[in-house]
Amino acid sequence: MAGVIDMQNETELAVKQPIMTAKNVDVFYGKKQAIDNVSLDIPENEITSLIGPSGCGKSTFLRCFNRMNDTIDSCKVSGKIEFAGQDIYSPKVDVVALRARIGMVFQKANPFPKSIFENVAYGPRIHDLSSSKDELEHIVITSLKRAGLYDEVSDRLDDPGTSLSGGQQQRLCIARAIAVDPQIILMDEPCSALDPIATAIIEELMESMKRDYTIVIVTHSMAQAARISQKTAFFHLGKVIEYGETDKMFTSPDNELTQNYISGRIG
Amino acid sequence: MSDSHIVSSFNNDLNQIDSLVLEMGGLVEQQLQNATLALQKEDRVLAKKVMKGDSRINALETELNDVAIKVLALRQPVAVDLRTVVMSLKIARHLERMGDYIKNTARRTNTIAKAGAFTGSLDTLARMSELVQEMTQDALNAYSTRDADAAQAVRESDKHVDHMNNSLFRELLTYMMEDTRNIGGAMHLIFIAKNIERMGDHVADIAKETIYLVNGQWPEGKRKKDDKTSKIILDMDELNAEI
Repeated sequence: MAGVIDMQNETELAVKQPIMTAKNVDVFYGKKQAIDNVSLDIPENEITSLIGPSGCGKSTFLRCFNRMNDTIDSCKVSGKIEFAGQDIYSPKVDVVALRARIGMVFQKANPFPKSIFENVAYGPRIHDLSSSKDELEHIVITSLKRAGLYDEVSDRLDDPGTSLSGGQQQRLCIARAIAVDPQIILMDEPCSALDPIATAIIEELMESMKRDYTIVIVTHSMAQAARISQKTAFFHLGKVIEYGETDKMFTSPDNELTQNYISGRIG
Repeated sequence: MSDSHIVSSFNNDLNQIDSLVLEMGGLVEQQLQNATLALQKEDRVLAKKVMKGDSRINALETELNDVAIKVLALRQPVAVDLRTVVMSLKIARHLERMGDYIKNTARRTNTIAKAGAFTGSLDTLARMSELVQEMTQDALNAYSTRDADAAQAVRESDKHVDHMNNSLFRELLTYMMEDTRNIGGAMHLIFIAKNIERMGDHVADIAKETIYLVNGQWPEGKRKKDDKTSKIILDMDELNAEI
């Protein structure tokens, strides 16, 4: 049934404590409703994909998780989103600190117009995460290693971040998100501008990252959702139509609308 | 579910897969019918025609394999499309094996007819064959109309084939013990019965795979198998009791 999470899946998800839960979330842009009563649990140390046709609300929903929608004046979010048991929309929450815990990687790599080193050092610096130059360097190198980029750039950390290839720039942005020690990384179509090799490298990286982080990814590529994620949520017209195990979703989805979308019968 | 893909050539590929499965199934039915008729009439010409006819079934399986592999590689099917492609491959394999059993039956018929060997129990064999033909037709209809209930009914009817095979086995064993001159022919008839019984199992599997194709879930519980021939042995006392 549209908009209702399958009870069986809900029970399965309850086994693993969710790191993030959304309950009855509505999002409006002015009078237009973009998200309609969505409830979703994000399990820890797993990759969750949000899929659906353009305009279905998946990116809007992703941006609720670290309050990126706050920057849009007409955008109103209601309902409850809890991260590690705390309401992230509570007035007491420091949004800058929240975004350090819940990082974000965008569709188009957006390195700062600074060196590779400074791109990664920027976050730890403003969040005061290091007490010495050595410690900062350690954070930068560790982050670049975790993002699978260090070996390719170790001899040119002072080169501008923009001198890297598209795939490397995206991994630099991942390193930048990692540097402030987040728990969750939100990714909004991180591979849509990359070639298949760069995409494969990022996907392999995500697979290794899920040991330390929880990843929520919006993707237009059904095959990518199937390849990388353990859970998939299908959005349509602002509602979650089906949410559950990815392998089940792509072999025998419960909902007809899901089936029609993923098999290419509706756009 | 809406039937049409946005990409119409994908539809064409899936339709072609369905057509090939149904064409194979139709040929298997026809071949089994002819093989049975050849046995009943001791018609060596028809038996040879059946033996030759198997190559067409094999060629269709090869064609279906090619289309299915192409669809997997080029379309990356998911959900019901994925289940259709993978199950069609499995179903085609069953139909191809059934074709082999029919060919073997025709070959034995040729041998029996040539030697003028014993041919008792042909009515029971023909009834078994008719039942398997019906099951094949019903299973393919269930595949064609994506009807899981009809497929389940096919699975359940296989036990009747097993029962007939059990009694036929016993009957032929009795003929052999009564008169050793019956042994040559009766042995071939036992193998033919075994061929038909195996075909029934293949049809039951086709039905099971159709259920998965339709529902996305395998039917629950194991299907009860009633083939008891591996446990039957007759000694002289039992033989006397049978007579």
